[in-house]
Amino acid sequence: MKVLYFAWRRDRVGLSEECVEPPVDVATVGELIAWLAQRSPGHGEAFADPAIVRCAINQDYAKADARFSAGDEVAFFPPVTGG
Amino acid sequence: MIKVQREDFDVGAELAAMSRDRENVGAVASFMGLVRDVAGPGELSAMTLEHYPGMTERQLQRLEAEALARWPLDRVLIIHRHGRLLPGDRIVLCAATASHREAAFEACAFLMDWLKTKAPFWKREEIDGKSSWVAARQDDEDAAARWQTDEQSG
Repeated sequence: MKVLYFAWRRDRVGLSEECVEPPVDVATVGELIAWLAQRSPGHGEAFADPAIVRCAINQDYAKADARFSAGDEVAFFPPVTGG
Repeated sequence: MIKVQREDFDVGAELAAMSRDRENVGAVASFMGLVRDVAGPGELSAMTLEHYPGMTERQLQRLEAEALARWPLDRVLIIHRHGRLLPGDRIVLCAATASHREAAFEACAFLMDWLKTKAPFWKREEIDGKSSWVAARQDDEDAAARWQTDEQSG
């Protein structure tokens, strides 16, 4: 599956996107965050505070208990600051 | 109508187009947001807006549909720029047209409040050669919360 990162979350991870294959027991956004956070020190830093992680599945907002499937586009970003 | 673009826009032309040949429209309300100089005189300051292409358009279209469903409007316009902007540059234009002003004013305020908390844009400020990401504001969350309907809470 494809994971995208934006703004300072991308700066911390050091990648704007990556393809990952999480294990089958990683099924929700919250579980994915915990799994991704182990991938590198940068990932760990990017996900250090889960309360300010915003997530979208296929470009729609998703909460921590939302489930994703293998072909989904999952994006992680900080709270938005447009306007 | 939704426009997400790097280039500037002509406010007069955009607003005039909204009510052209629409004889039932008696009110055009609009809001325009500009880049403020946060650095102060003498220090170069700029702002770069990043966004999530695809999701931005999707969220703004949803916002437009929501405004049209909630108020008796004729048209809605949202233009949002991205890329590097300088103090005084236009960032965003929201407008709503209706028969009467109440709906147009309210819809315009709603569009901006929701856009601020839902449209996936992020600002990075450059002050004196250093750049840093702008932090989200609780005020914006509070302003958006007043438009929440019962079915959306929780």
